[in-house]
Amino acid sequence: MYSEKVMEHFSNPRNVGEIEDADGVGRVGSPSCGDTMDIYIKVKDGIIADVKFRTFGCAAAIASSSMMTEMAKGKTIEEVLEITRDDVADELGGLPEAKMHCSNLASDAIRAAIEDYLEKQSHKKDNSR
Amino acid sequence: MKRIYMDHSATTPTDPLVVEAMLPYFTEKFGNASSLHFFGQEAAEALEQSRKQVAYLIGARPEEIIFTSGGTESDNLAIKGIAYQNSGKGKHIITSVIEHPAVLNTCAHLEKDGFEVTYVPVDSDGILDVAELENAIRDDTILITVMHANNEIGTIQPITEISKISKEKGIYFHTDAVQSVGKIPVDVNELGVDLLSISSHKIHGPKGVGALYIKKGTLIQAIAHGGEHEARLRAGTENIPGIVGFAKATTLAKERLAVDSKHLTELRDLLIKKVLDSIGHSYLNGHPTKRLPNNANLRFSFIEGEAMLLSLDMKGIAVSTASACSSRSLEPSHVLKAIGLRPEDAHGSLRFSLGKDNTREEVDYVVESLAEVVRKLRDMSPLV
Ligand SMILES: Cc1ncc(COP(=O)(O)O)c(C=O)c1O
Ligand code: FES
Repeated sequence: MYSEKVMEHFSNPRNVGEIEDADGVGRVGSPSCGDTMDIYIKVKDGIIADVKFRTFGCAAAIASSSMMTEMAKGKTIEEVLEITRDDVADELGGLPEAKMHCSNLASDAIRAAIEDYLEKQSHKKDNSR
Repeated sequence: MKRIYMDHSATTPTDPLVVEAMLPYFTEKFGNASSLHFFGQEAAEALEQSRKQVAYLIGARPEEIIFTSGGTESDNLAIKGIAYQNSGKGKHIITSVIEHPAVLNTCAHLEKDGFEVTYVPVDSDGILDVAELENAIRDDTILITVMHANNEIGTIQPITEISKISKEKGIYFHTDAVQSVGKIPVDVNELGVDLLSISSHKIHGPKGVGALYIKKGTLIQAIAHGGEHEARLRAGTENIPGIVGFAKATTLAKERLAVDSKHLTELRDLLIKKVLDSIGHSYLNGHPTKRLPNNANLRFSFIEGEAMLLSLDMKGIAVSTASACSSRSLEPSHVLKAIGLRPEDAHGSLRFSLGKDNTREEVDYVVESLAEVVRKLRDMSPLV
């Protein structure tokens, strides 16, 4: 049912956990089956210096989270925002149709984390005025 | 790697003695049971001998057994066959909310065809509310169909209580006994049913064969039309090798019932106790005692069933899940919903269905592996 790449990321997920002093946190849940994903990012000079995740969901959701963190790490915020929902599934060697929403969740989660970061940044600027 | 099969409610390995009994019927005894010559008569004899064996398993008369292609077809024949034959009397059917899709979707089909169906709820243990069923009976009710034991949570339904009511009211009563046969005593007279479905592959017989018990005098019609096979209720050249294998499996099941059910009950209770003792936030779904000797349906908070299933699979352990993520519809199972589980609780449910060849050592290994899998997935879960 799943590609080898999915099974590999599912059995050895990268970047599991949370970042205590994260610069941005994203939590998204999908109405389709109730899966939930938390993503934490640390940003340095506009680059995703560190990223961690926690996921409640199926093997595809866990593998997508893991793959997403790998794809995002070391990239600029702009580059990460360009990652589309399909890119995660493509990198995983494809997902069954019914499981596409699980990989969508991963790209949504990192977007949410970046938005959270950007919002916090703008607050900081506001306060420093 | 060790390979441990704990998914016997899905299907069972065919017993070697069953295979042995079947083999001649593929080759030298290949005849068509409708043929008048020697080859045909040999097949016809095997067919009638098999009918006796299957009848004996459930306390029926041989002429009350119709061979089918399995549990699904038996359910279809029972429900549609009764509905269409008795629609002059009424078009109302009563069933439960936790039936197998073979029953639920057959009822749904009849609803499109002008029949009305009442779905009786179950309590949080998965036991049907008999009073509610009795209240649902109307003057135009022609059939009650309630499963003997549930395939997901193993709950055993109060069939004799229901049959008392159905007899009193003169309503046909069908039960799907696909999961209960071979695990608990199933006797059509004790149960008091008019129709009962059995499937061969759940009792160490071959796949694609089953039977419907139809009590003598029941008004029913065929749902597929053709030759005059099986008392004109099931047209088509009989699957003699399959039927012979099925019959052998019923004989073995009958011989082994007492020993098997004791062994299965011990293993089940050991598995449940060890899991509940050693894994936090784990719970049993279904009734603690009114359940199949081989069924342990357990749920684990904060994690998802498909992920657990695949992690166990990598450790050589085969189980099943009814989690939303494992279904095409992304809906949790109708059974887990019916017993009142919230979607997030239904998510983390696993079904362990034991077989006669499972051992205590396997249970130990499974619980150890499960504890590891649960720990690993919970470490990854944002909900913990
Ligand atoms: C309760 C119940 N009814 C019917 C069936 C269908 O039986 P078969 O696979 O022989 O069509 C099953 C098998 O999953 C079952 O568990
Ligand atoms: S998380 Fe539910 S299907 Fe993937």
